[in-house]
Amino acid sequence: MIARTVLTLAVLTLQEALRRRVLRSLVVMTVVLLSLSAWGFYRLDSEFGTLTSGEARLAASTVLNLVMFGLSLIAALGTAFLAGPTLAGEIESGIALAVMTRPVRRSAVLLGKWLGLVAFGSGFVIVAGLGQLLIVRITVGYWPPQPATGLALLAAQTTVLLTLGLLLSTVISPMASGIVAVGLFGATWIAGVVGMVGEAFGNDGMAGVGTVSRMLLPTDGLWRGAMHAFQHPGLSQFPAFEDSPFLSMAPLTATYLAWAALWVAVVLGLSALAFQRRDL
Amino acid sequence: MSTDPTVLAEAAAPDAERLLADLPPTPAVWCSGLRKRYRKQTAVDDVSFTVGRGEVLGLLGPNGAGKTSVIKILLGLVRPDAGEVLLLGRPGTDPQARARVGYLPELFRYQPWLTAAEVLALHVRLAGAAVPAREQRESLALVGLTDRAGDRVGGFSKGMQQRLGLAVALVARPELVLLDEPTSALDPIGRADVRDLLLSLKERRVAVLLNSHLIGEVERVCDRVVILDKGRVAASGTLAELLGQRELRLRLDEVSAEAEARLAAAGQLTHSGDSYTVTLPADQSATMVPDLVAELVRLGVRVHAVEPARISLEERLLDILRAGTGGDR
Repeated sequence: MIARTVLTLAVLTLQEALRRRVLRSLVVMTVVLLSLSAWGFYRLDSEFGTLTSGEARLAASTVLNLVMFGLSLIAALGTAFLAGPTLAGEIESGIALAVMTRPVRRSAVLLGKWLGLVAFGSGFVIVAGLGQLLIVRITVGYWPPQPATGLALLAAQTTVLLTLGLLLSTVISPMASGIVAVGLFGATWIAGVVGMVGEAFGNDGMAGVGTVSRMLLPTDGLWRGAMHAFQHPGLSQFPAFEDSPFLSMAPLTATYLAWAALWVAVVLGLSALAFQRRDL
Repeated sequence: MSTDPTVLAEAAAPDAERLLADLPPTPAVWCSGLRKRYRKQTAVDDVSFTVGRGEVLGLLGPNGAGKTSVIKILLGLVRPDAGEVLLLGRPGTDPQARARVGYLPELFRYQPWLTAAEVLALHVRLAGAAVPAREQRESLALVGLTDRAGDRVGGFSKGMQQRLGLAVALVARPELVLLDEPTSALDPIGRADVRDLLLSLKERRVAVLLNSHLIGEVERVCDRVVILDKGRVAASGTLAELLGQRELRLRLDEVSAEAEARLAAAGQLTHSGDSYTVTLPADQSATMVPDLVAELVRLGVRVHAVEPARISLEERLLDILRAGTGGDR
């Protein structure tokens, strides 16, 4: 009974994502980004003809991370603005009334919506990300060391953000929840950069900012793990690159991954609690 | 004789089953002592009532009387501060209590990215009912949406969405239907359709809880009425109980003091100019009106018109609500 509700809602949410305008804008933004990057990588290869093949790969790997960041930003925007309306919007408009008066548990409805969003967000990140990797391979002949891990971590980052969007949408209005989720995503990224600069200059206070923000919202931490999986292994040999916001020196630890999973579970549980107590 | 407890239990089991089967079915809705406060505003205050199986109950009252809040509490959409709900014999806190319940919300909106047929299929799946596609199409036909089954709901007018809402409420073979202002967006033809629909539900012994501003609608289809005012039950009963009183409207000339006293003796009297209205008690005898007229004529009164009238539900409702406000002052 509960499994059927979860599955029905997951399919419904996927259907919503595919049929609403959000998908079209996502596709347009992604196509623009991918074609720009294809052109850029093509120019990179022809303009820097004097570089050795190793140097060219290092450059390509750095630019790849930059483009991937753009991609993760699109995914973040897309899912956050999908997660918000899907719950808060349905409560506001009255769509939720007819659904919730069926013999369903609210937590099952929430879980179904979450699953649908995760499938959609991850699907987008994997398809678009894979497209980008192929573009880089065709244009400059660079293939990252751990493409699957990198894409999985990008999908995990999207999952974290949409879970946050879902929690926010149980307590605040749909638009506001999208904006706050994207704002927090950006803030954590900046805090991560501040932390890196702090580490580079040996400033413990600044370094702490990055660490704390990575614990509070694991998007930036997962993003760094993804970067590490995409970038050329040779890059870690250059300490000069250490404070670049588009490079990551160390892979993610299992503990951090476990923390991210726990974080998602706790936030999802809190959303279920908030939704359960809410008058519709 | 055997005293083995298992043998005794086996013998008793069919009896217990028969006993349960012989019990009168639990009411479609039973609620007791419902209370709900929103911050400082009391929306629902100690509301209790039942809706029997196959009964049509009208919920009446002015705006803000708490009708929609009561319906939402019954359906578990709103958590009451106090009180208990049983739907079709199951506690309202159990989602399964709503397995055979249909609901048309006052604020009706359906997934705009789905077609009408897909919305119905979704609700059938969520209800866990096995309703074949043919029967789902029949539900759409019932509300006049056959031609629009494959169209996206986003392009529907308000009236069509409300019709779809009715189909959603009825599609999963409900035993209880809660309709919150089911005709608010419908044209006169749509209203007549809803009335027919309600009568056919009544025939099929589906219990209905109807909240409507259109008193005429309620009067025509409801067996019983609960009138809410400021979150409390102001009055309740069958239509016959509530509308038991009748009145007699007369147009009279040359009414002497003696004749006026005779009129006042028949019932509560009001008059302006030459028109007199006597409110008659419910238990009047059949000959009372002719007797009264004969006597008036004997007393020299010239009788121009005598018109017996039933008090409408609307007048009765206004009476009850005004009495309620008067009592507060």
